Amino acid sequence: MAAQNPAGDYTQADMAYGARLYAAQCATCHGPNGDMVGGVDLKSGKFRNATTDQDLTRVIANGFPGTGMPAFKFDPAEFAGIIAYLRNMNTFDAVSVKPGDAERGRVLFEGRGTCTRCHRVGAKGARVAPDLSDIGAIRNAGSLHRSLVDPTSQMMPINRPVRAVTRDGKVINGRRLNEDTYTVQIFDDQERLLSLNKADLREFTILTTSPMPSYKDQLSADDLADLVAYLLSLKGR
Amino acid sequence: MTRRTAVACVLLGRAAFAAHRVHAQVGPARLLDAAKEPNNWLVYSGSYFSNRHSLLNQITPANARNLELKWMYQAAVQGNWQTTPLVVDGIMYLTQRPNDVVALDAKTGRVFWIYRHTLTPNQVVCCGANNRGLAILGDTLFMGTLDSHLVAIDTKSGRPIWTTKVAESKAGYSLTLAPLAVKDKVVVGVGGGEYGIRGFVAAYDARTGKEAWRFYTIPGPGEAGFETWAPCPPQSPTYCDSEAWKHGGGSIWVTGSYDPELNLTYWGVGNAGPDWNPDQRPGDNLYADSVVALDADSGRLRWHYQFTPHSPYDYDSVQIPVLADITWNGTPVKAMLWANRNGNFYVLERATGRFLVGKPFVKVNWMSAFDERGRPIQTPQPPGQPTWPGIQGGTNWFSPSYSPRTGYFYVSAWENYATIFGGAPAQYEEGRNFTGNATIPYVPVPGAPSPGLRRGPINNWTEAAASGAVLALDASTGEQKWRFPMTDVSDSGILTTASDVLFTGGREGYFQALDARTGTLLWKASLGAQIVNGPITYAVDGKQYVATIAGLSLCVFGLRE
Repeated sequence: MAAQNPAGDYTQADMAYGARLYAAQCATCHGPNGDMVGGVDLKSGKFRNATTDQDLTRVIANGFPGTGMPAFKFDPAEFAGIIAYLRNMNTFDAVSVKPGDAERGRVLFEGRGTCTRCHRVGAKGARVAPDLSDIGAIRNAGSLHRSLVDPTSQMMPINRPVRAVTRDGKVINGRRLNEDTYTVQIFDDQERLLSLNKADLREFTILTTSPMPSYKDQLSADDLADLVAYLLSLKGR
Repeated sequence: MTRRTAVACVLLGRAAFAAHRVHAQVGPARLLDAAKEPNNWLVYSGSYFSNRHSLLNQITPANARNLELKWMYQAAVQGNWQTTPLVVDGIMYLTQRPNDVVALDAKTGRVFWIYRHTLTPNQVVCCGANNRGLAILGDTLFMGTLDSHLVAIDTKSGRPIWTTKVAESKAGYSLTLAPLAVKDKVVVGVGGGEYGIRGFVAAYDARTGKEAWRFYTIPGPGEAGFETWAPCPPQSPTYCDSEAWKHGGGSIWVTGSYDPELNLTYWGVGNAGPDWNPDQRPGDNLYADSVVALDADSGRLRWHYQFTPHSPYDYDSVQIPVLADITWNGTPVKAMLWANRNGNFYVLERATGRFLVGKPFVKVNWMSAFDERGRPIQTPQPPGQPTWPGIQGGTNWFSPSYSPRTGYFYVSAWENYATIFGGAPAQYEEGRNFTGNATIPYVPVPGAPSPGLRRGPINNWTEAAASGAVLALDASTGEQKWRFPMTDVSDSGILTTASDVLFTGGREGYFQALDARTGTLLWKASLGAQIVNGPITYAVDGKQYVATIAGLSLCVFGLRE
């Protein structure tokens, strides 16, 4: 079984997102090379008050009272980005990793990408697939990029497609919203909220393959970067 | 005197007799025979043997479908309500957050009195304002508090009788367990395993609150077991704490059991500190992750058994020690039955601690086998690889049940659940979190939720991360006899009755009655919030009731009339 998230496993997409956040939020004090605060060299990869990523997150979230380091209110995607960047500041090549353009990504999302046929953002789009209005706050850049090129690998198990057949042979297809021992709540392909009693079903299957197609060969690397930038901008605020 | 007055006097006399019976003291003799008073629930786990098995049999597999809600009582404070009520002659006593005691009519739920303990502002607790219940002795109730006091409360007035400081709360000590009253003493232990405490079990004079004895779960210099806090190697490549024992953890946050014949109390001991960085505390780290058998009069250690030597995975052994006289390999054995957080079911001989059986009840890969003395052969997983069971364990503090009728041990299990463990050096600082945490939840999708302590009503971690089950294990072998699978994990305790009905809840909010022999579902009620306590049963005026807590609601069920 493959290891998950070992130290050093940070995606280019997260680093790129983190680099932008760093430039906007951190560089004023720490400088573009991370060495403008006396005694602190962020590029060294060594942090006096943090060993693990959790420690780093805590330091950034709480700040250091009395030192000029304020507390930052980042969402999980932002934390993932900033930490990926801090961990790789020394080797990350901002020139070769082209940051996406959120506005171009929006146009692509709503147009050529046909994303709104299934997904919804705000009041636009269908509801069959998960609502993405706040996806940029809950998914990091790397995960969003993988969602586009290998959707099944990033599909949350709660969102798995459900196929149910009632005793009288009626087939129901939908997306899982919640499940317990006796019942399952779904959003079906007719955009209805249904609560099914498992004992009333002849067949009940939870599929593990995402119905979303891969965009790996359909969109260019620049398109994908633009889409990720757009998705990251969706904070639900 | 008219005839009518005479009749009234006779009736009043009966009423007076009834009232006298109702207010009989709960002396040590009644506690010894608590299981023989099935109308009542006199100790945390139903009896000193902690079987959570009631002799009541009015509710049966045949009529359980006629159960209906009789009354509810709502608490005012949000958060997991983990308490187990006591019931004494028609009166129910229970705790509610943070440290209230409520006395109410067990037949109607109407409140007699509420005692509110005022907490000092500096309590330090890891996991919320939890309190798991009370002990009763004589006319006195005993409650441990979040700010590390033991309070004695009058059962009739709800007024405090005495308050004793047990430990320093600002250093991370707290009392969340239900005390255990034995003879003339009240025994408690301290929580705080995430704050670098030095754990202990202590007994207090029930009349005065004066400390009678204290047993440190982390031995100090000169005490037996101290050698298991091994010296740091010279030039250790990683951080090593040469005084690790001083903040070695070993919390006690679930009530122990008592065998009057052996005069031993049994206590499950929590993790070593810091939880997840074992490298900085070399050695087996006794008595973390162990059961200790303590003399009830002196607190002296009679024996111990360590379930998870070196305590690398936070596998607190804070399960209820279940005492049962069973047949093992054709021989009668005074046994202790234990489904541990580390994923194994154990049978120990309770007079000596001798290891008889160890068998996984969920997937286990932190060890491969037991040696002849019952010591696990540990198989640490490579960095980044998942360890089964995960950080919350194959089970946790949820009370199991043993039915002498079926010979089965029943436990709430977390199945298919793993964690990628990792440790980071932790420097001890009084009252500060001391976990050494660098663990990573093992989840089906990066970024997806994994089972933790809390979650809302949507099961977003799903069966892909973990699911729950009630397991019925043969008490003498650990062999699984039946399994009742649940989609979500369960933190609920279990109750069995002499009519072979099993009651349990879970995070899904269902309160369920199962056939204790087969695991067949008999009845269920959807209560709308997680059930994280152990159900109890009792009777008033000849009618059997079953009580459980879901969310902020204490719900009491009985048969439809």
